[in-house]
Amino acid sequence: MDVGRRPGARERRDGTTNGGIGTMPLDANGAFLSFRNVKKSYDQKTLVVKDFNLDVQKGEFITLLGPSGSGKSTVLMMLAGFEGVTSGDIVIAGQSVTRTAPYRRNIGMVFQNYALFPHMTIAENLAYPLRVRKMNKAAVKDRVNEYLRLIEMGSFGGRYPGQLSGGQRQRVALARALIFEPSLILMDEPLGALDKKLREQMQYEITRLHEQLGFTVIYVTHDQTEALTMSSRIAVFNDGVVQQCAAPAQLYERPSNAFVADFIGENNFIPGKVDRIEGGKARVTVAGGGTITADAAEGLKAGADCVLSIRPEKLFIKPTSHAYDNELVAEHVTHHYVGDFIRFYFRVAEGTEITIKVLNDLAAPDLKAGDKASLVWLAKDCIAFPA
Amino acid sequence: MKHLPAYFTFWHILGHYSLKWTAYLVLAFLMLPIVIIVPLSFNAEPYFTFTDGMLALDPAAYSTRWYQAIFSDANWLLSIKNSFLIGALAATLSTVLGTIAAVGLSSPVMPFKRLITALLLSPMIVPLIIIAAGMFFFYTRFNLVGSYAGLVIAHAALGVPFVIITVTATLSGFDRSLYNAGISMGASPVKVFWDVVIPLIRPGVISGGLFAFVTSFDEVVLVLFLAGPEQRTIPRQMFSGLREQINPTILAVATLLILISIALLVTLEILRRRSERMRGTEF
Ligand SMILES: Nc1ncnc2c1ncn2[C@@H]1O[C@H](COP(=O)(O)OP(=O)(O)OP(=O)(O)O)[C@@H](O)[C@H]1O
Ligand SMILES: [Mg+2]
Repeated sequence: MDVGRRPGARERRDGTTNGGIGTMPLDANGAFLSFRNVKKSYDQKTLVVKDFNLDVQKGEFITLLGPSGSGKSTVLMMLAGFEGVTSGDIVIAGQSVTRTAPYRRNIGMVFQNYALFPHMTIAENLAYPLRVRKMNKAAVKDRVNEYLRLIEMGSFGGRYPGQLSGGQRQRVALARALIFEPSLILMDEPLGALDKKLREQMQYEITRLHEQLGFTVIYVTHDQTEALTMSSRIAVFNDGVVQQCAAPAQLYERPSNAFVADFIGENNFIPGKVDRIEGGKARVTVAGGGTITADAAEGLKAGADCVLSIRPEKLFIKPTSHAYDNELVAEHVTHHYVGDFIRFYFRVAEGTEITIKVLNDLAAPDLKAGDKASLVWLAKDCIAFPA
Repeated sequence: MKHLPAYFTFWHILGHYSLKWTAYLVLAFLMLPIVIIVPLSFNAEPYFTFTDGMLALDPAAYSTRWYQAIFSDANWLLSIKNSFLIGALAATLSTVLGTIAAVGLSSPVMPFKRLITALLLSPMIVPLIIIAAGMFFFYTRFNLVGSYAGLVIAHAALGVPFVIITVTATLSGFDRSLYNAGISMGASPVKVFWDVVIPLIRPGVISGGLFAFVTSFDEVVLVLFLAGPEQRTIPRQMFSGLREQINPTILAVATLLILISIALLVTLEILRRRSERMRGTEF
């Protein structure tokens, strides 16, 4: 693969793409794409998307993540123009697009079921957006070959979509969305139909093309791992509202509310009561009687109920060489052998169980059901959210 | 009997064979009147029955004189020309109108879908004689009775429901995201319709058109009401032939019609398979 050539990163070729959106000046705040107070209702009664706000920089890989029915596809459909916006505005490169016809938006789209034209060969599928743009035949041919090489399917141009495997079809669908060099690519669960192995391969492929060509992506997925590994930022969606939009590491380490803490990855929740807050740290009394120090989340008040969240891999069982600020005695319930780690279950108080992931090494403790153990962790790994 | 299950009693076996033979009898009852026409049309004598010579398979008892008669009779030639002309024009008209209607009716935003579908399909359900009478009075006002245009329009109205049904059936298997994909690549809705929708629903469109053609081709009631002597079609000519000049020419024409029907059926079957293959490759 010739990595030195970067079709999208070099200057846009004259006349071959409609420069419209791509060459416009950026927004005042520097955002390439902005959703401003976007609301959507299908039945004029309930809002499916409630006040959606998001600023996307050029070249970012943004993932919309959220439970089923939270309105992710609806946001993509509004951006692509297949659904109207009930109120609010979508701005691309400083221009509102809510009144632009979908076929004039110059946005590439990858569909979950590939949506390749079954009556056209792979080369014809790739050539279609170029033919629509009245590019001359020789240039079309060159560009199609270039993109066939890019997705490493150089010899497949003459085949029909029906003759390809799922992963190959998805690669063609991706190339077809990229080939007319749109500045924005939308993908709605593009890998949902693939098996795990192929999915990982395609994730790598998409990331590679994104880095190589530098387009902006809005990506929808159900798969957290996929979101965490691929995105520059993830917008966690619930109930039509963005709960938090942040880089993967921040989202995982510093969730801004209990929904995000619970939705992203695994988490333990321990109910408690806030004694006092000072310097961003909260002192919390938990059900079992212990006192814990934790980072105070926004909106936490002294004297109110709260929940503490700690990731299973941030907890340790005494004796340990890890530093710690908090200690809690709990009763061992059971443990599951997973392979590279062991998953321990403890009961802190009635109704509150916590999970700990322990590396399967020589230091792994040998506990029996009913044994008491001291669990320890750092204050900075623990966040107190308002209950 | 080895293929019958071992637990079959005498009554099971009796039932099995009576069902089998009844089915054969019904098939014979349906097919014989049609099949018998073919040898009779080669009769050397002007009779509608098998002559002794024919039964003895004497080559002299067979001839193609009735086929020659068709092609030397101006009336028959005119009616053949009319049938094909009116059939082709009516089929084209109903294919275009029916396809447009089916595409419109398949849109998720189309209001009053059921009502409009019922109205468009009504020519299939309303008794032909009522349609014919209605058209006769209506067309008189526009001087369409006794004209080619009148017959073409009337037959197109009969053909539209077939096109709507076949095209709707192919459209139901059409993946709407293909349409959205075309749009997202910058093609206008009309362009996507031509480049993507039409090629994929083509088998349905063509078979609808063939049905419309056949409908017009063997239609006689509307022709009796609306056609003048200039617009006589094959069925109309056969109808008068039966009463005026009784000879096996009609049988020869009927044999030709059977051949045409078989050809159309084969075409339809090929199209059906093709469309199934197309769908098979969609995912
Ligand atoms: N065309 C439509 N008409 C009416 N309601 C719709 C339509 N499309 C979606 N909805 C509703 O809008 C809500 C959000 O749907 P959407 O498809 O955006 O969810 P999603 O987040 O993409 O879910 P999933 O993860 O399951 O794909 C759902 O409650 C759904 O029922
Ligand atoms: Mg969805």
